[in-house]
Amino acid sequence: MGLFYPKQNLKTKQKSNIRLIVIGIFVLAILLGSLDYPILWDKGVDYLNAKLSLGLPHFYKLPFHLGLDLQGGTHLVYEADLSNIPPEERNDSMEGIRDVIERRVNLFGVTEPVVQINKTKSSYRLIVELPGVKDIHEAIKMIGETPYLEFKEERTPEETEEILRKQSEGNEESEGLDPYFKHTKLTGRYLKGAQLQFDPNSYKPYVSLEFNDQGKDIFADITKRNVGKKVAIYLDGYPISIPVVQEPITGGRAQITGDFTVEEAKTLVQRLNAGALPVPITLISQQSIGASLGQTSLTKSLKAALFGLIAVGIFMIVYYRLPGIMAVISLIIYGIIVLAIFKLIPVTLTLAGIAGFILSLGMAVDANVLIFERMKEELKSGKSLETSVDEGVKRAWPSIRDGNISTLITAIILFWFGTSIIKGFALTLFIGVLTSMFTAIVITKSFLKLFVSGRTKRWKWLYGNRIPNKE
Amino acid sequence: MGIIKFRKIWFLVSGFLVVVSIICLVLWQLNFGIDFTGGSLMEIKWLANTPSFEEIKEVFSKNGIDEVIIQPAGSSETIFRFKYIDEVTHQVLLNNLKEKFGELQEERFETIGSIIGKELKRKALWSICLSLIAILIFVAWAFRKVSFPVQSYKYGLIAIAALFHDVLITIGIFSFLGHFYGIEVNVPFVAALLTILGYSVNDTIVVFDRIREKLRSPLYREQEFSKVVELSLKETLVRSINTSLTTLLVLFAILFFGGETIRYFILALVLGILFGTYSSIFIAAPLLVSWEKYVHRNLK
Repeated sequence: MGLFYPKQNLKTKQKSNIRLIVIGIFVLAILLGSLDYPILWDKGVDYLNAKLSLGLPHFYKLPFHLGLDLQGGTHLVYEADLSNIPPEERNDSMEGIRDVIERRVNLFGVTEPVVQINKTKSSYRLIVELPGVKDIHEAIKMIGETPYLEFKEERTPEETEEILRKQSEGNEESEGLDPYFKHTKLTGRYLKGAQLQFDPNSYKPYVSLEFNDQGKDIFADITKRNVGKKVAIYLDGYPISIPVVQEPITGGRAQITGDFTVEEAKTLVQRLNAGALPVPITLISQQSIGASLGQTSLTKSLKAALFGLIAVGIFMIVYYRLPGIMAVISLIIYGIIVLAIFKLIPVTLTLAGIAGFILSLGMAVDANVLIFERMKEELKSGKSLETSVDEGVKRAWPSIRDGNISTLITAIILFWFGTSIIKGFALTLFIGVLTSMFTAIVITKSFLKLFVSGRTKRWKWLYGNRIPNKE
Repeated sequence: MGIIKFRKIWFLVSGFLVVVSIICLVLWQLNFGIDFTGGSLMEIKWLANTPSFEEIKEVFSKNGIDEVIIQPAGSSETIFRFKYIDEVTHQVLLNNLKEKFGELQEERFETIGSIIGKELKRKALWSICLSLIAILIFVAWAFRKVSFPVQSYKYGLIAIAALFHDVLITIGIFSFLGHFYGIEVNVPFVAALLTILGYSVNDTIVVFDRIREKLRSPLYREQEFSKVVELSLKETLVRSINTSLTTLLVLFAILFFGGETIRYFILALVLGILFGTYSSIFIAAPLLVSWEKYVHRNLK
C-alpha cells in the first residue's frame, strides 16, 4: 500500500517535467519565430504598447543571406599565371592577388563580396562572387584593369646565354622566359601608393612609387645587389622603364620615368593606386544572373511548396489523427528552428538550398511516421498507451538514426564537390536533417507524453485506427 | 503479400529498366549543359520587338560566333547557346544587338571555359563513387552484428546495388529526355543524384533494420529467412509509402507549380525518390533472400 505514494509522486513529477519541457519548447518557438519573421512580433508589440503604454522594444532584425541566384549577381573565376614564380612563393602570390582584388571589389561598393583562392593540382584560381551588382560589365572591367606590376633584375651573362641557347633548341620550358631579366620578389603587392609628379627641370611627368615596409626592404636589397646595373619595371608584361641603379635605395621610393603624356601618367597612377597585381590573371568563367529571374522562380516555388506542405499536413492529420496534429505542430516548430539557424549562422540561401530545406522537411515527417507506426504496433499488441509511446520512440530511434546518417554522409560529400550554389544545398540539407532528428525525438515525444497521461488516454482511437477500446 | 514470392518478376522488371537505361546512355549519352562542356548561355529579354532568328544569327556571325542554338523562352525572351567568348566580345555582341534591335535586358549570362567543365565532370564522378563507397562501409558497419544467415557486408552490397539501380534508371530517363526534348544535365542534376543516394538508402535501411531487429530474437532466427523478410516488409510497407508520399507531395507541388529554373532538378529528385522507394521494397529485400537461398542451396 505504501508503494502507491512514491509512484504517485513520481508520476506527477514526471508530468510537471513534461509540462515544463513543452512550455519551454513553445517559448523557444515564439522567440525563434520572431527572429525568422520579426514583423509579427513588431505588430504585436506595437499593439500592446498602444493599449498598455508599455515600452516594449521591436525584435532584433536579422535578414536572410540570399545566394546569387536569388538576388542576382555574378560569379567569376580567374586563372592566375604563376609560371614565373618559384613554387615556394606561389601561395604568397595568390594571397597577394586575393588582397588586391578584394580591395578593388570593395571600392566598387559591393555588399558581401566573396573573393576566394581555389587551388587545384595544376592551377591556381581566384573565385570572385559579387552579389547584387547592377552593372556586371563594369565590375569585370574594373577587375580586369588591375595592373600587373613587377620589378625585374638583370640576369648574369651566363644565364642569358644559357636561356637563349635553350630557346634556340626549342626547349619548351625556356619558351616563355625572359632571357635578359629575371623575376624578383618585388611586385605590385607591396605598393603602398603612386603619385603623379613633375620633374622640376623638364616639367615632364613621372610616376613616383612608394612601397610598404616589406616592399621597402625588398627594394633596398634589389638596389644594393644591382648598383650600376639595370632594373626593369614591367607593367602588364611590358617593360615601361629600365633605369640603371645609381645607389642602393633604402627609402622605399622609386620613380617611373618615360615618355608619358600627362594623361597617361595620371591613368597609370590611378590604376596603380587602386591596387596592382603581382601576377597576371585571365577570366575563364563567368556566370551572371539578373535578379528578376531568380525572384519569379523563388516566389512561384515557395507558393508551390506551401501548398504541398498543407497537403502533407492534412494527410498526416487524417491518417494519424491526434498524433498527426502533434506531428504538424512539431513540423512547424522544426521549420521555425531551422530557418532561425539559417539566419544565425548565416547560411546563404539559394533556390536549390530551399529545395534542400523542403527535402529535409520530408525527412522530418519520416521520423515522425516511424515513431507513430511503431506506436500503433505496440498498441495493437495490447500495451498501454504510455508504454506504447515509450517503446515506439525507443525502437524507432535506430532506424531514424541510421537512415539520416546516410543522408548526412552524402550532404558532406556534396559540400566538398559543389560550387557555392550546391554548397548551399548541402548545408541546408545537413542542418535540416540534424535538426529533424532533434525535433522528432524531443518535441514529438514530449507532446505525445504530455497528452498520454491526460484525458485523451481513454480514447485510444484518437491514436490509431481500428484498435478496440481496451483499457 | 507475396513480395518475396514474386521477386523474380520485380527482378525482371528492374533488369529490363536497367538494360534500357544503359542502351539509352550508350546511344545518346547525356545532354551535358555548359557547366560540363563549357560554352556560353545568354538569355535576352527584348523590350522592343522580338527579332527573327535569321537577323540574330547575322549579328552573331559578325562577332565571330558562327554556331548559335536559339531557343525561345516566353513571348519576348530568347535563350542563346554558343561557344565560350571573352568579356570584350560579349560586350560588343550586346551592343550590336542593342543597336540593331532596340532596347533589351540581359537576364542571364554564363560563359564557362571548357577546362572547368572537364574538371566538374571529373569531380562529379568522384563524388558519386565516394558516396557509394561511404554508404557501403556505413551500412556494413551498422549491420555488423547481424551475421546470420546473411553476412553484414552483404547488406551493404545489396544496398549499393539498389542505389545503383535507382541512379542508373534516373540517368537513363534523363538521357532519353535529353535526346528527345533537349533537357540538359548540369551541376544541379548531379546534386540531385547525390541526394537520391542518401535519401534512397534511408528507405532501404528502414527495411533492413526491421529484419535485423527480428533476427535478434531467437523466435525468428529459427524461421525461414524468406518468411522473416516478408514479415519485415509487411510491417514497414506503410511507413515507407507514407514517408515517400509526404516528400513527393511537396516535390510534385513545386514541380508543377514552381519556378522553372529548378524544375529539372526537382524532376530528378522525384524520379530518384520514386525508384528509391520501389527498389527498397521490391529489390533490396528480395535480393537478400535470393542471395541467402543461393548460398545455402547445397545445404538443403
